[in-house]
Order: sequence, then C-alpha cells, then structure tokens
Amino acid sequence: MEFTLSDEQVLFQESVESFTAKQYDADKRRALSESEDGFSRAHWAHFAELGWLGLGIEEAHGGLGGTALDMAVLMEGFGRALVLEPYLSSMVMGGGALELAASEKQKSALLPALGGGALLLAFAFAEPRARYDLAKVATIAEKCGGGYLLRGHKSVVLHAASADKIIVSARTAGGVGDKAGISLFLLERAAPGVNLQSYPTVDGGRAAEVVLDEAVVTEYDLLGQEGQAHAIIEAVIDRAIIAVCAEAIGIMQTLIEMTRAYLDNRKQFGIPIGKFQVLQHQLVDMYMAHELSKALTYRAAAAIASAESAARARAVSAAKVQIGKAGSLVGQQAIQLHGGMGMTDELPLGQYFKRLTMIETLFGNTDHHRRRFAALPET
Amino acid sequence: MEITLSSADAAFQSDVRSFIEAALPGDIKSKVELGQHLEKDDYVRWHKILHTKGWAAPAWPVEYGGTDWTPLQRHLFEEELARASTPRLMPFGLSMVAPVIMAFGDAAQKQHFLPRILSCEDWWCQGYSEPGAGSDLASLTTKAVPDGTDYIVSGAKTWTTLAQYADMIFCLVRTSSEGKPQTGISFLLIDMHSPGITVRPIRTMDGGYEVNDVFFDEVRVPQANRVGEENKGWTYAKFLLGHERTGIAAIGRSKQELRQLKVIAAAEAAGDGSLAEDGAFAGKMADLEIDILALESLVLKIVADEAAGRTPGAEASILKIRGTEIQQRLSELALEAIGYYANPYIAEAQEAGWNEPPVGPEYAATVAPHYFNWRKASIYGGTNEIQKNIIAKMVLGL
Ligand SMILES: Cc1cc2nc3c(=O)[nH]c(=O)nc-3n(C[C@H](O)[C@H](O)[C@H](O)COP(=O)(O)OP(=O)(O)OC[C@H]3O[C@@H](n4cnc5c(N)ncnc54)[C@H](O)[C@@H]3O)c2cc1C
Repeated sequence: MEFTLSDEQVLFQESVESFTAKQYDADKRRALSESEDGFSRAHWAHFAELGWLGLGIEEAHGGLGGTALDMAVLMEGFGRALVLEPYLSSMVMGGGALELAASEKQKSALLPALGGGALLLAFAFAEPRARYDLAKVATIAEKCGGGYLLRGHKSVVLHAASADKIIVSARTAGGVGDKAGISLFLLERAAPGVNLQSYPTVDGGRAAEVVLDEAVVTEYDLLGQEGQAHAIIEAVIDRAIIAVCAEAIGIMQTLIEMTRAYLDNRKQFGIPIGKFQVLQHQLVDMYMAHELSKALTYRAAAAIASAESAARARAVSAAKVQIGKAGSLVGQQAIQLHGGMGMTDELPLGQYFKRLTMIETLFGNTDHHRRRFAALPET
Repeated sequence: MEITLSSADAAFQSDVRSFIEAALPGDIKSKVELGQHLEKDDYVRWHKILHTKGWAAPAWPVEYGGTDWTPLQRHLFEEELARASTPRLMPFGLSMVAPVIMAFGDAAQKQHFLPRILSCEDWWCQGYSEPGAGSDLASLTTKAVPDGTDYIVSGAKTWTTLAQYADMIFCLVRTSSEGKPQTGISFLLIDMHSPGITVRPIRTMDGGYEVNDVFFDEVRVPQANRVGEENKGWTYAKFLLGHERTGIAAIGRSKQELRQLKVIAAAEAAGDGSLAEDGAFAGKMADLEIDILALESLVLKIVADEAAGRTPGAEASILKIRGTEIQQRLSELALEAIGYYANPYIAEAQEAGWNEPPVGPEYAATVAPHYFNWRKASIYGGTNEIQKNIIAKMVLGL
C-alpha cells in the first residue's frame, strides 16, 4: 500500500492551496454562498483550465484518468478552504455515474463537456422515506412509446438547480426495497414535468427536492442496462463517501490549526489557555482522531479502485464510521475550546463545524456504515 | 419509573396541568413545539399570564409575591411548564438579580425593582462577561468612577443574552484596582435606556440572534443603583451561584424533548419499520433516558435536602455539566434521526407563520440549527471545564 503522495499529487495539492489562498477567504466564501447559484461559475471555468474537472475522466474522453486517490487529494484541499463549487455532485457523482454506466456513445457526447466545465450534472438517488437504503426507490419509470414516463420524489438533490442534467434513479421493475429493477436516467433539468423546490443548505450549499410529474425521457437517456443500476449507484456512492471523507480530513485539519492558534493567543487567568492541561489533552484527542482518520481514508481511497465490491464496501464503510466519530469529536471540541467565540458566525470556525456535521448526514451516517461493515465478510 | 406522589402533590400537579392547558396561547405553544424563534412579546405574554395567576415566581418568598410551595411542588411545576411546551421564563430577573436584591438590596431597591421583575414590566439582562474576562471573570475591567451621587461607567460587556429586549442590566463593574481583583468589584443595576449605551448584535452560527456586545461610553448611573456595599459585588455574585440552582438541570425540558425525539423516531422510516424500532438507535435513546433518570434522581435528592433545610453546595456544578450534556445529546440524536433532511436551511421556517410547503417533515426544519445552537450550553454560565474545576476543588478538595 502506497501512503506517500506522488509528485503529481503534490502538484495538485499545491495548486489547490494557491487557488484557495487567493479566492477563499471567509468574506469571499460568504458572498459566494449567498449568490444565486451558491458558487462561482468563473471558478468552475478556472477549475476546468487547471485540469481539476478532467481529473476523474478517462483519457479517451479528454480527461486525465486520475484515481480515487487523486480525487481525495483534491477534496482534502477543498475541505481546507470549504470550497463551494459542486465538484462532489457534478464530478464525483455525476461523472462517476457516467463512467460506470454510460455507453461509449453517451460518454463521447457528455464527458468532454463535463470535463471542460460546460456541463453540470446532479445525481438524484435519495428519496424521502428511504433513509440511507439505496434500494428503496419508489420513483417509477413507466415504459411509454419509445421512452419512459417518470413519476416520484427525489430528496435533497445536491446542486440540482444549477445542473443542466440530473441523473435520476427510478424503478422499472420490482417493488420498493428490491435491488433488482432500478434504472438510471439522464434527465434535462429544464424538461417539462421536472419540478424543483430549491433551497440553501445549513452548510452554505444548495440542494433541491425534485418532484417528477410525468417527466419524459427517451430510451437513449437510459444509462446502463435497464433494471441493473443498483450496483452502479452503490459504487458511485462509495466514491462520494471517499470524497467527503477526504473533504472532512481537510476540514478537521483546519479546525485543529485554528484551535491550536486560539489556545496560544487567548489568555485567561494571566496565561494562554493552552497552558491548561485539560485543554492540551482535548487538543491531543482531536489531533489523534485526525491522524487516524487521514490514514484510514487514504487507505480506503487506494482500495476502491482495485478491490472487488465487498472489499471496497468494507473499506469505504470503515472510513465513513471513522470520519463520523472523529468529525463530531473534532468539531464539537473546536467550538468548546473557543468558548463564546466558538458560537459566533463572525469566525469561519462555525462554517467548518457545520460542513463537517453535514458530512455525517450524507451517504449513510455512522450507524448505517457500522451495520454495513459488520454484515460484510472479512477479506 | 414515575415519582410516587402524595395525594396532595398529585392534586397539585393536576391543578397546575389543567391551568397551563387552558391558559397557554395556542400560537405560542405551536412555536415552542416546532422549535421556532420566539418574539419578546411571546415571553412577556406568557410571563404575565402566570403573574396574574400568582405563579410567576414560585421560589420567591410569599412577602414578595412568591408561593409557599414545597421544593417538590416547585419541581413539579417546572416539569409541567416544560411538558406543556411553554416558553422558558427568563431567569435574568426572576432567579438571578431578584435573589441578590432580596438579600443585599436596600428598601428602595426592593420596593422599586422586585414588583417590576415579578410582573415583567422590566426585561433584565446579565452583564458579567467581557471580551477579556470570560472564565476569568474577576479580571473584568469595565469601570465605574464616582462622580457626585453617580458613577460614570465605561467599558464593554459581551455575550449579553437578549440585551436587545432589555430595560435593565445587572453588571459587575470595577470600582477599585487595589488588592485582589475580586475585592474591587461592585454590583450595579443600570437602565439600558441610559445615554451612552450601545447594543451590537452578535450573530450565532445557527443563524440566530440572541447575544450582543453592550458598550458603555461614560454612562451615568446613580449610586443608589449599587446593590450592597462598594467592592463587595463579587460576594453577591457568588451568593447567586449557590442559589436555587436545581433549575439548571432542566430536567423537565429534557424529558419533554425526549418525548419529541421519540415521536420523530417513530415517524422516521428505517429498515422495514421505524427508527424507533431500530436496535442501534433505540439503544442510544435508552442510554439518554437513563441519563435523564439518573440526573432527575439527583435533583429529587437535592430537592428533598432543601426541604429539610440543607442548602445545596457544589452539586449545582454537577447539574450544570450533566444537564447540558443531556441537552446536547438530545439535539444530536434528533439530528441523526432526520437523516438527509438535516441539510435544508430555510430561514423563514425558523419563524412562525411561514406558509410554504415544508421541505421534508415539518419537525425537521429547526433540528440542525437547534443542534448548532445548543453547543452553547457547555459554554455559557461557566464552561463545563470550569464547572469541573469547581467540583475538583470544592468537593474533592484537590
Ligand atoms: C450563548 C451564550 C450566552 C451567554 N450569555 C451571557 C449573558 O447573558 N451574560 C454574561 O455575562 N455572559 C454570557 N455568556 C458568556 C459566558 O458566560 C462565557 O462565554 C463563558 O464564561 C466562557 O468565557 P469565554 O467565552 O471568554 O471563554 P474562555 O474563558 O476564553 O474559555 C475558552 C476555553 O478555555 C477553557 N478554560 C478557560 N479557563 C480554563 C481553566 N482554568 N481550566 C480549564 N479550561 C479553561 C474554557 O472552558 C473554554 O473551553 C454567554 C455565552 C454564550 C455562548
């Protein structure tokens, strides 16, 4: 197992840092977060120029053919600065679904635009009553003429409103909860019957409820084989988990640095509060949690490219559990050690805490992944 | 595991319950149940309803308008208030400054301020913390300099809860820099409408507005508004800490929140059933319920001690630490329960009267902000680290 970053990965890391250092101070981020899209399309175009958008795309389709590990490096850098652009939804999930399910023809039509920054995707897989069960798809795709009619409700679809196309899971056979019978469709966001209720998220992003009311797609909009999408969705979500775990690593590191600096600077009882041993130990706990999380996440990222699905699932769920536990420890203690200052919206601290908290709610929480891990055989 | 009540106490409890049921305005109840922001008027209306009934300050001596209830009855009353989703009665006047005025104030102060606190004519806030003086409160530097029959007060207080509503603020101010820092502090009652006071809002990370900076620029305060002796303010502030503290355990509120959590868990789907039936989640709720029972048992013990005339000591710190840990855990489990619907943030849905269709279940809208906001509980009123220092020193003698 390779734990040191390659030269290329180090270059990526540096380019992310130099971008965020210029573009992502707290005020700029806040202004972006309050803008219409909740992110900057100019930044997105810049990401394309820097090759970040092409990172996960196959070379045959104009990308760099990077690995999950490469993407983790990028996401960690995004976490350090709380980057708002929809890399997770459009590239990791949207791009991931295309890579795993689309035909060569669909790929040629879509991937160059995706990597070039001209196409934004969203991935609509969750439903209101499904909790974290990817097989609980109640949205129906009914065959109709040469295509399908879609009916149903997809919940909390990240960055749906700014996406050009939404990749939607819907049932073509079977009942809610069956793994078989789920299909993926590529839907125009602006098509008739696609109704969005868009809203800000607590961490400064955007999402929407997507209600499909007889939305029409053609047979060419089917991604992959009809009824076979469950395994694809699971693989896409596993990639998304690695991405948010890496993002969480970056967030935790920043929180620890901020807290470390605060313990140095804040004086009470005539000395820096960092002199109080009980606070030192709390910071040490945070530091240890971060180190362990980082090691496990990078190990899982390296594993998912190669491993078969059970081993991949175990590695990914292990990372998500570790990040869930570490994230709440690091986030809560960072606030606590800042005292009243930790509660304000005036420090960036709270934004990091909120994003870290939301990562726990995405793609299955700690309980969900602990259960998934326990149910899988050791490999 | 219910408390076994004597028939008199059971009758008391049922009287209280039916009164609250009939008297609590529906719009206020609904805001509390949904965790929406309360306006000043909501607090004041409810306070005045209780005042009219004679129940605004059950812990006060009867001569000042309190009740002759036993400590257990007061506890039951608190629990019924929480159970019925009433707004919290603000503690700053009723249980913070009033006991100090009763114990150390002069006749004129008692006559003027106490009735106005009881009736909620004045809204009070607490001006202790300063930018440089939080845990180390005694290092405060806001100063009061004598000038004729007045003081001239200059400096800055911070984190002042709901100062934007306040008519009065009770402050610790520096009147001497001789000797130990604790010995140069006085306790002043200051009119918030005085010239020279500015209130600056501090937004909290949950998006709410409940704390403020309060700046004093040569504010003239009559010396008649000093409670007790000059430079003795620290003693009075410490007296407050040992006074009527069972409330900070917030047992009633936590039990009510647990009931709401169970409703959410029963409504959330998980596996083939509901989240309430999910083994892992049910186990966590049971852990929390047991924590609440243990804390409640301790509170009841203290209540019994009080009835027997023993004054509680550093137990207050245990109640504060455990009570706030429980409140935070409740908010954490609620967040966990709602899954993806923790993410949407609709500012308008934090307020009453928003008529758009909700995103996700109606109960979800305020859950994440509530979780963020309640991180404050282990910080305010003396951080939990400081409370542990107190127990280590005062109880364990370390
Ligand atoms: C929502 C909210 C409402 C509030 N309302 C009011 C109000 O109405 N009126 C008012 O006067 N104040 C109010 N406060 C202020 C509150 O009392 C202080 O925030 C608190 O006392 C901590 O002080 P600080 O914020 O300066 O933190 P600091 O004292 O700077 O503490 C920072 C960290 O250091 C730790 N620490 C400090 N000293 C020690 C030590 N000796 N040993 C171990 N650890 C230590 C603390 O536990 C904390 O983790 C409020 C605070 C909040 C968050």
